[in-house]
Amino acid sequence: MTSESKSPILVVENLRTVFHTPRGDVRAVDGVSFELRPGETLGLVGESGSGKSVLGRTVMGLISNDARTTVTGKVTLGGVDVHGVKRAVRRKLWGTEVAMVFQDPMTSLNPVKRIGTHLTETLRFHLRCTRKEAEERAVELLTQVGIPEPKRRMRQYPHEMSGGMRQRVVIAMALACDPRLLIADEPTTALDVTVQKQILDLLGNLTTERDMATVLVSHDLGAVAGRTDRVQVMYAGRTVEQGRTSEVFAAPTHPYTDALLASIPQIENAPHSLLRAIEGNPPDMANPPGGCRFAPRCGYADTTCTSDLPLLQPLAGPGRSVACHHPLLAGAAPVGSEHTHGR
Amino acid sequence: MLRQFVLRVLELLAVLLLVSFGVFALLSLVPGDPAVAVLGEGREPSEYAALRDEMGLNDPFFTRYFDWFGGVLHGDLGSSLIPPVVPVWDRLVAAMPVSLELAGLGLLIALVVSVPLAMWSAYNEGGRIDRAIGAFTFGLLSLPSFLVGLVLIAVLVNSMGWFPRTGWVRITDDFGGNLSHVFLPALTIALMEMAMFTRILRNDLVTTLNEDFILAARAKGMPPLRIMVSDALRPSSFSLVTILGLSIGRLVGSTVIVEYLFSLPGMGRLVIEAASTGNYPMVQGAVLLIAVVYVLSSALIDLSYGYLDPRTRRARA
Amino acid sequence: MPEPDINHTGDPVDAPVPAAAAGTALLDPGEETAAKPRVSRRTQLLVGAPMLVGGLALAGFAATTALLITLAKVLLLVVGLLVAMNGLGRIAEAVRGKSVDIVFVLGMTWLTVLIGLAVLAPLLPLGNHNDATQGLYAPIFAEPELGSEYPLGTNNYGLDMLARAIYGARTSLVVSLFAILIGTTVGGLIGMVAGFLRGATDRVVGILANALLAVPPLVLLIALGTVLSPNLRNLSIALSLLTIPSMVRVARANTITFAQREFVLAAQAIGATRMRLLRKELLPNVVLPVASMGVVMVSMLIVAEASLSYLGLGIRAPEPTWGNMIAEGEGGVMEAHPFIVIVPGLCLFLTVFSFNLLGEKVQKRWDPRSAKL
Repeated sequence: MTSESKSPILVVENLRTVFHTPRGDVRAVDGVSFELRPGETLGLVGESGSGKSVLGRTVMGLISNDARTTVTGKVTLGGVDVHGVKRAVRRKLWGTEVAMVFQDPMTSLNPVKRIGTHLTETLRFHLRCTRKEAEERAVELLTQVGIPEPKRRMRQYPHEMSGGMRQRVVIAMALACDPRLLIADEPTTALDVTVQKQILDLLGNLTTERDMATVLVSHDLGAVAGRTDRVQVMYAGRTVEQGRTSEVFAAPTHPYTDALLASIPQIENAPHSLLRAIEGNPPDMANPPGGCRFAPRCGYADTTCTSDLPLLQPLAGPGRSVACHHPLLAGAAPVGSEHTHGR
Repeated sequence: MLRQFVLRVLELLAVLLLVSFGVFALLSLVPGDPAVAVLGEGREPSEYAALRDEMGLNDPFFTRYFDWFGGVLHGDLGSSLIPPVVPVWDRLVAAMPVSLELAGLGLLIALVVSVPLAMWSAYNEGGRIDRAIGAFTFGLLSLPSFLVGLVLIAVLVNSMGWFPRTGWVRITDDFGGNLSHVFLPALTIALMEMAMFTRILRNDLVTTLNEDFILAARAKGMPPLRIMVSDALRPSSFSLVTILGLSIGRLVGSTVIVEYLFSLPGMGRLVIEAASTGNYPMVQGAVLLIAVVYVLSSALIDLSYGYLDPRTRRARA
Repeated sequence: MPEPDINHTGDPVDAPVPAAAAGTALLDPGEETAAKPRVSRRTQLLVGAPMLVGGLALAGFAATTALLITLAKVLLLVVGLLVAMNGLGRIAEAVRGKSVDIVFVLGMTWLTVLIGLAVLAPLLPLGNHNDATQGLYAPIFAEPELGSEYPLGTNNYGLDMLARAIYGARTSLVVSLFAILIGTTVGGLIGMVAGFLRGATDRVVGILANALLAVPPLVLLIALGTVLSPNLRNLSIALSLLTIPSMVRVARANTITFAQREFVLAAQAIGATRMRLLRKELLPNVVLPVASMGVVMVSMLIVAEASLSYLGLGIRAPEPTWGNMIAEGEGGVMEAHPFIVIVPGLCLFLTVFSFNLLGEKVQKRWDPRSAKL
């Protein structure tokens, strides 16, 4: 991998995000670390409520320390300590260094603003260019994201466009000022299945062309599988497994990753075969279980799992690690005894 | 579209017709004899009878109503019963600008104050400033406008001597003098409206600020004030327009009271004086005129609401 | 990378925090307490008591001193009262062991006391409230002095301000509550029928309600005041006219919503008559929103009644109402004897404020949909 040689654009160290709510403190992100180099794509996967979206927003600094939130740990983005600088400095990063594509294009565009305004206001604000230059550049961007008749579209309002087209606009908005890092937060979840692939391909092409680093947040393993270099599996705000996407998916070692992969319907499955769903629900983040967060739902859990929190342990393979007291070997069956699974 | 518009106009006319009927009917129930009110007491009974006949008071009710209504359509609202005996219409025309200026300025001050205040409050949602503004406006809403006016008089007139207590200078005569006379009454009106606007706009802004497109605008690096004004305020301003419509009734009410409190020669004082002296043609005329202005401005605001929002504008086209 | 174990048990919390104060987090013994632990009861008490005393002292000083100008006095008074209220809140929190909405408690206390006094007024040993000839023997414009014969002073006829304030409350409450009663019943029924029958009935009711709304409330009252002789009954009816359009709207909207629900269709399917549908299925669902609207409108009616009598078109002096008591401050009286205005003004403000608090609470609970405005 060529990207290994470049210095990382994003370094996340032991990041925690705690929301102070009336119900108590919710630890949405609970000690996550990773690095990202230009041109690299990282997949963040997990069920809804696993803290992936909050992680994405905390990395960007959209969520930071305030009256109701405490962020600890460190995020270094293009050499800037995101949570250590003043708000105004942090804001300068947004749009130019890092940009975000949001989940629902129906709600992430302002209903009373024209498409053109969405693009030109960003351009004019960051690049300090004239209205005419901004408009030319906006048309160019719309063309790049594959919107036909960009000049006409510029004058339209969001509600006059389809979901897929709107998501293209959102992507164009994110790419407007050539950020070096793109965080795509479930960019296809709200779209029709047929449009999902187009959007993912578009994102892939655009980021490769621009040598951008990308974080792809998704609960859809299929979306992450072919399109990311590395993957980080999240559960209850913590990383449970990470490594090269191909390796993690080929041989999952955390029971949760295994269960997630098993819950994807496969075309080669026998007709009428039962899908393996994961029993139970993600834990209440205001009140997570002691020990391994996944233990209550895990077929392999024993007393160690319910008492001690497993830490990430390196495995064979580049950057591969797992947080499990009893990581799986390929093909192991849930028996629940130590010697079968211990490494 | 056209059918709806026509229906709306027809309903409006029906409402106005009903109001005119109600106003007429109500005030013909006035106790006491109008003829006595005009001539004063102690005349010959025949004189009263002649005048009653002349005033058409002996005609059947509906004949009188249609006579009166026909006159109204020609701008003839009758004459004042109390000296100076001048046409009601002339008095109304003289008083109207005072009330309009007062209400308009009050509304303007309220808007100018409430919009930034609501933005400030919403930006600090749940914080100290938000709660302080919330408590302050809640308290203001519990004060009747004449009490607000009295407090302002006690502080700004009696204690500081900044403004005249009563009186009026026409804007065409002396702009500065007009302003110094109109400011305090307008401020009284504005405080009440301001409190209402601030609360409603703040709640609306809080909802809007939690929308995804605000997060998206932040993620683009737009500064907070700009997001507040260009992204949050516009979608919220539609509800402000609706509220503006709903608040006109209260606005008229406080204008009436404030005119009385500060002795300003507007519609409000006219109607109060007429009411307490039993000068019923004056009350009829004033109430009718106020109702017409009120209904029309509400309808206008209703219309503009549909025009402002691109979503409904599109749906109508 | 090293990950510190955050799951340590036996949290080193500095002071023992009462379980209730720390919220749900403490219910699980393995968890840390909230990041910002609440202040302990003792501290609350220690901070609260001086705040209460100091605030009251400040307010008292501001109210009585002759050293300051009016503006400064008013500001100081407000600050003092706010501090005292905050202190009282802390004390209440310390005593109850949980956060207390002290403003609401005070407001409801005021309403309870006021209603109690208003009901019992004829039985109480109050001074002369309306007999001006008897007032000839009393001092006029006596300054308020607690413990004296006239605790809140006397007016220019020598009438007792305390008695007048209480009898004023009587008028205010009787008129407003009766008006609400009439308004909710009549308006609610009309709205229900209109919403249930729809069609022409609905349209006619709509136009009539709009016609009533077409005249601004106070102007309508003034017009009615020209004709009707101002007594309690007439005022109640006039004020109820102000509430009817809103009641009709709320009842109609709720009826329409509920009429489409399955339970109404089900009742219809088993052959319930329209009367029965209205009474048994719809009425119970419409009552709460209409009643909550009623509570919300009480304060508006109190203000309307006060405004009318302030303008001299309501109950006439010497019969006291808060509005005509405030009007006695005209012509330089307020400047010479501020208490003439302050006593009824404060009563009016506190009552309206308390009813507003109550209305907000009630609407949130009974009719969350319209509570947004």
